[in-house]
Amino acid sequence: MLGSLLKSLFVTDDVEENLAKIEKEAGSYGFDAWGFNKEKAKLPYAVAKFFYDHYFRVKTNGLEHVPPSGRVLVIANHSGQLPIDGLLIGTAIANSPHGARAPRAMIERFFPTVPFLGTLLNEAGAVIGDPINCSNMLEREEAVIVFPEGIRGSGKPYDKRYQLQRFGNGFMHLCMAHKTPIVPVGVVGCEETMPSLGSIDLLAKMLGLPYLPIALPMVLPAKITLSFGEPMTFDTSFDHEEDITDRVELVKAKIRDLIEQGLSEREGIFL
Amino acid sequence: MSGSILVTGAGGALAKLVISKLQKQNEIVAVDFREKPAFGEEIPCYRVNFTSRSFEDIFKKHDISGVIHLGRVGVHDASRQSRYNSNVTGTQNLLNHSHKYGVNRVLILSTFFVYGAHAYNPSLLTEESPLLASGLTKDLVDSVELENLANIYLYKHPELNITILRPCHIAGPGIRNSMSLLLSRQLTPVMVGFSPLMQFLHISDMAEAIMLAFTKNRKGIYNVAPEDWIPYQEALVECGCSRLPVPSLPPFLIHQLSDMLGWRTFPSYLINFLKYPVILDGKKFRTIFDFKPKKQLSHIFKYYRNNKI
Repeated sequence: MLGSLLKSLFVTDDVEENLAKIEKEAGSYGFDAWGFNKEKAKLPYAVAKFFYDHYFRVKTNGLEHVPPSGRVLVIANHSGQLPIDGLLIGTAIANSPHGARAPRAMIERFFPTVPFLGTLLNEAGAVIGDPINCSNMLEREEAVIVFPEGIRGSGKPYDKRYQLQRFGNGFMHLCMAHKTPIVPVGVVGCEETMPSLGSIDLLAKMLGLPYLPIALPMVLPAKITLSFGEPMTFDTSFDHEEDITDRVELVKAKIRDLIEQGLSEREGIFL
Repeated sequence: MSGSILVTGAGGALAKLVISKLQKQNEIVAVDFREKPAFGEEIPCYRVNFTSRSFEDIFKKHDISGVIHLGRVGVHDASRQSRYNSNVTGTQNLLNHSHKYGVNRVLILSTFFVYGAHAYNPSLLTEESPLLASGLTKDLVDSVELENLANIYLYKHPELNITILRPCHIAGPGIRNSMSLLLSRQLTPVMVGFSPLMQFLHISDMAEAIMLAFTKNRKGIYNVAPEDWIPYQEALVECGCSRLPVPSLPPFLIHQLSDMLGWRTFPSYLINFLKYPVILDGKKFRTIFDFKPKKQLSHIFKYYRNNKI
């Protein structure tokens, strides 16, 4: 009943049309091997689009760099305590005028342990950030969103805003193993959605959370800019792990440039 | 094949289907630890404890050349220790006798439960994925140990040509495993806020998979699962079950509820399997054995809708 009411309120013709265009392999009940279901995804897609348009007033640059089909790794900076950046990048790609597609966001491993949230995220296309999941998805020609900073990025305090944390090398190994282009993304604005003074680590540990921010218990309506860079490709040969790290640094530098671009164009944080 | 095929767990519905397919061209010896199977005079039948010395007499009496080991003591049929004795020590006896009496084909039915239900599991687990079950619940230690044992014999005695099958949930007429019992109920427990993706294989498709694996003789370990998935709670709705919400936190409360509701209604070892998905990649088996399940999920669910306890 509530679901039907929310659907009638949020699911617009645009969302219906974009989802209808998206082709996914699915079983006899419409679910794929990770739990994505086009029918179930309508409501989360529509609610995300509502907040994308009216709350965060997202502006995108270079969205045409995300190919309309074929495997791609979308690599972005992570911030804001909650996975709002992943939600907004996913919404931008799902509603792209250059070819809508249902991206798969790699999420933190603790999300599936949270009642309702894990199921909801799976139905909307998100999966836990595991290299096996990522490999299988790239082989199925999916667009996969990865935040190589992980919780180091999302959980950092506000005084470290827009300072990129260490990137893991895993995404570069996957890029090379599956001959996948990387589209770098600089996210500006998410740092201001939930400014944090730090984390209550002891309580977080007791609750089984990766961090517990000291922050207002609300998401602030910061304006968000998503700047997508040109696809980057890398050859598959390498001798040492340092070679991989060097390539990761190239992606990181590009994301840093895209963040700078977004910050320089920003006229106000909330208005 | 020359010689007889020993089928364990012969009193079960799956074994009966397998035997009905095999007996057209093969001599069968049927054994079960629960009761003496009844297949008429054509098939020698025995009730036997796999850990007893008399088990070997069957190998002495019959020229056994192949073994299909489907007989397992289920989690709700015996205590943990008794299960371990029968499933692990009993299987070790079976494999030792097989080696001693020149058996050249062994098929062992394992289960996907050996992978364990963990929140961090990726989807599409391959046969090389770690077996986490024994670290997550003691009730599945015997299942993992049985697998380990079979693996040792697979490499130590290659002449046994051991094939290990790890199927997803087997369901349908005659199946009495925990999941089948849940699907058969009018009121079935669900964990609040969780509905893990699941895979189901119809009993007739599983029997076909066993036949293919046994006759094609490609030793190794194989997941057996369809390329079709459905969340647990959706499956219950399709089966006509009413859902009984069980709080998923704190964990000790769930286990207390499990005890209150009774082992058969809500087995505690299943709790994590009702929270987190364990999805198999069955591509290797499908490709090597050209296996394609014939019965759709809707067919399986229709059976449960029409056959409530």
